[in-house]
Amino acid sequence: MRVLYPIIVAALLAGAVATPATAQEAPTPPAQHWSFDGPFGSLDIAAAQRGFQVYTEICAVCHSLEYLHYRDLAGIGLTADQIKAIAAAVTVPQGLDDNGEPKDGPATPADQFKVPYPLPNPLQQGVTHTNEKADRAAHNGALPPDLSLIVNARPGHADYIYAVLTGFADPPPDMKMQEGMNYDKYFPGHQIAMPPPLHEDQVTYADGTKATVDQMAHDVVTFLAWAANPEMVERKQIGWRWVLFFLIMAGLTYAVKRKVWADVH
Amino acid sequence: MAESSAASIAHHGHPDVTKRDFLKLVTGATAGIGAAAAAWSFIDYMNPSKDVLALSAIDVDLTPIVVGQGITVLWQGKPIFVRHRTDQEIKEAEDVQLSQLIEPQPDSARVKPGHAPWIILIGICTHLGCVPLGNKPTDPRGDWGGWFCPCHGSQYDTSGRVRHGPAPANLALPPYAFESDTKIKIG
Amino acid sequence: MAGQQQSEFSNPLINWIDTRLPIFTMMQKEYGVFPTPKNFNYFWNFGALAMVTMVIMIATGIFLAMNYQPNAALAFDSVQHIMRDVNYGWLLRYVHQNGASMFFIVTYIHIFRGMYYGSYKSPRELLWMIGVVILLLMMATAFMGYVLPWGQMSYWGATVITNLFSAFPIVGHPIVTWLWGGFSVDNATLNRFFSLHYLLPFVLVGVVFLHVAALHIVGSNNPLGIDVKSPQDTVPFHPYYTVKDSVGLCVFLLFFAVLVFFAPNFLGDANNFIPANPLQTPADIVPEWYFLPYYAILRSVPNKLLGVCMMFGSILILFILPWLDTSRVRSARFRPIYRQIIWVWVVAVIVLGVCGAHKPEGIWVVLSRIGTLYYYLHFLVILPILGKLERPLPLPESISRPVIGGGGPIPSGATARPMEKA
Repeated sequence: MRVLYPIIVAALLAGAVATPATAQEAPTPPAQHWSFDGPFGSLDIAAAQRGFQVYTEICAVCHSLEYLHYRDLAGIGLTADQIKAIAAAVTVPQGLDDNGEPKDGPATPADQFKVPYPLPNPLQQGVTHTNEKADRAAHNGALPPDLSLIVNARPGHADYIYAVLTGFADPPPDMKMQEGMNYDKYFPGHQIAMPPPLHEDQVTYADGTKATVDQMAHDVVTFLAWAANPEMVERKQIGWRWVLFFLIMAGLTYAVKRKVWADVH
Repeated sequence: MAESSAASIAHHGHPDVTKRDFLKLVTGATAGIGAAAAAWSFIDYMNPSKDVLALSAIDVDLTPIVVGQGITVLWQGKPIFVRHRTDQEIKEAEDVQLSQLIEPQPDSARVKPGHAPWIILIGICTHLGCVPLGNKPTDPRGDWGGWFCPCHGSQYDTSGRVRHGPAPANLALPPYAFESDTKIKIG
Repeated sequence: MAGQQQSEFSNPLINWIDTRLPIFTMMQKEYGVFPTPKNFNYFWNFGALAMVTMVIMIATGIFLAMNYQPNAALAFDSVQHIMRDVNYGWLLRYVHQNGASMFFIVTYIHIFRGMYYGSYKSPRELLWMIGVVILLLMMATAFMGYVLPWGQMSYWGATVITNLFSAFPIVGHPIVTWLWGGFSVDNATLNRFFSLHYLLPFVLVGVVFLHVAALHIVGSNNPLGIDVKSPQDTVPFHPYYTVKDSVGLCVFLLFFAVLVFFAPNFLGDANNFIPANPLQTPADIVPEWYFLPYYAILRSVPNKLLGVCMMFGSILILFILPWLDTSRVRSARFRPIYRQIIWVWVVAVIVLGVCGAHKPEGIWVVLSRIGTLYYYLHFLVILPILGKLERPLPLPESISRPVIGGGGPIPSGATARPMEKA
């Protein structure tokens, strides 16, 4: 009996942790296999680079990535020269000219990713955020969210983003769609302001991979997962070292403990 | 169990390290390594962050700077003078007798080979750190046509060398290189 | 010189310092030779683990504060700057964030130890009450700390909880305006929360010092719940418990490391990755897991003021626990009914926690009301009555000679039978 109660408590705790708290307004997104899943997860560099291409050519028109800088792209395996070229091809606000007027210019690796509808930040202090009013005006009142943290900011994480991107479909016959909204199987409430962003062969992948909707969704989610957690690979590598260290230390200290306590027991 | 230390020294010539002491030593040493690794995280945390390092080098486009004109750019928080010298200014800088200088240094040592028209200096007076005047056309440039520090009257020539104190040294040179004839990278 | 003792350390520098300020003598007395019951189990490790966690939190917090900006327009950005650009910023942030959870895990287990083994009973009542003060300080610190990243849950959690104070009649709304420094949770609130979040941990250090001092006056309890009778019942704290605590510390840090490096956001809420938006309320406003039971108690009562009182009451009642429990026996080991009843209370707390994570509708309301009722029943009804009615098992003679006897007092001179391992 003495042993049973703690086991019951432990089981309850496990159940408590596993119980999802939020109300279900859409089905649970199906689990996908991601390169970064689990304690042994790593980053599929090729997928991340393809995903960056998808972001740049399709998503970046509406969605900012405001917490990333071009120099961060070294984290998905791009070289310094490639990054310089990528940045230089983008025109971003570059402070004030000699008359004190805001001016534009080619970006450098040190610059933040271009924001489609930026708030004026002429002295380039801190992070340039989205001009919400301008953004909404351009999108029928809807605000395309920033994607820097989107994978972390939604329950279901990578699986959810993938499900929404691939979940566009015709609405069921009994469903009344609001004007301008699109039906998505996995978006809570099933009505999303974003039109289906991905279409077959919309981008031509540099490495020749076929750009199906599923492929592009998979790649862009890999890229966005990296964007939200750029430290992930290093974190897990360091993590294994510390786990090993504490296992060894636990063993060593236990051995010392047994020796010290030998005369008491 | 273990023989006494004294007997052991007599026997082996060194004191016995008992199993328990060795275990404690290994445990302590391993713990020390862990503590050092953890401490490094905190120390490195205070090092310049990636955004600061990204700005540790800047590119300057020289094309808009006409002959006789000088600009000031900010590099690592410091003012950098970039002046496009006239032929007269170059000649004046090169012809100076080194013995006349407070800190002797030939002009050639202060410019990049083949790029004598360009003098690039850290614009901080070597006396007490004011920013000397001389880049704008309306600025006083001192008697040697270079820069004039309004704080205590130090004067620099067209090579940035101190000619009149109280400054003790020439204006410092930042690390820089010509990426092309019209672009330099500072830092 | 008045009051100066002669120190006897072999190292002349230490001796010089100690003669003038006897910190080394104090360390040797309190953590060196201090006689500690020799029968501690690993439950006794958790106080030390809490102290280590506190130090880790202060260290990581101070460094994070070097980069954090306590301004509503900059706070969220500054956290991203720490995570992405500052060397090992992600590590210190995750250690600090998960360290808060670890601090509550070890403290809750530490409290459970106290409840199970009767460590709150005479002469340790004040020690226990100082502990409850520590718990309150921890909760205040954690609450304010969660606001600092200025995510959606930071903002709305702060709004909900500060709004609770408006339940108090007459003074309620002025108090809330005063807390906010404005008419809603905004920059003024964030700024003062940062100041207080930096301050309270140092107040905590002082109270922890009092907690350990109070402990050292009366000495530690032990799993048998009986007093130390002779030096044979004890061992010096060093090396016995320094080494045993280090084993527990390694296991604790292993668990902590797994959380930090492999599941750093597991205990968190996805909504806090969205910058605070006063114009958009998240679908579910949920506090961090360690506040869930209290949150459930709060929402189980339909009346706002009563809900607030029941919630605070659930912690304040801990202050009078030493007097609610009427049993003359300390340790649950010798209390056959209490030993099982306490687990029912633990289950009630966990059920309340699960309820706190769900919307207050349907089965969750029913369960949280049952849970709240039982929670108070345990303290106000069960404990007082049980102490009087329960027939405790016979207590052993001493720690170093524990004896299993039949009913009734053990005659002197009786042969001791070896007790099962403590």
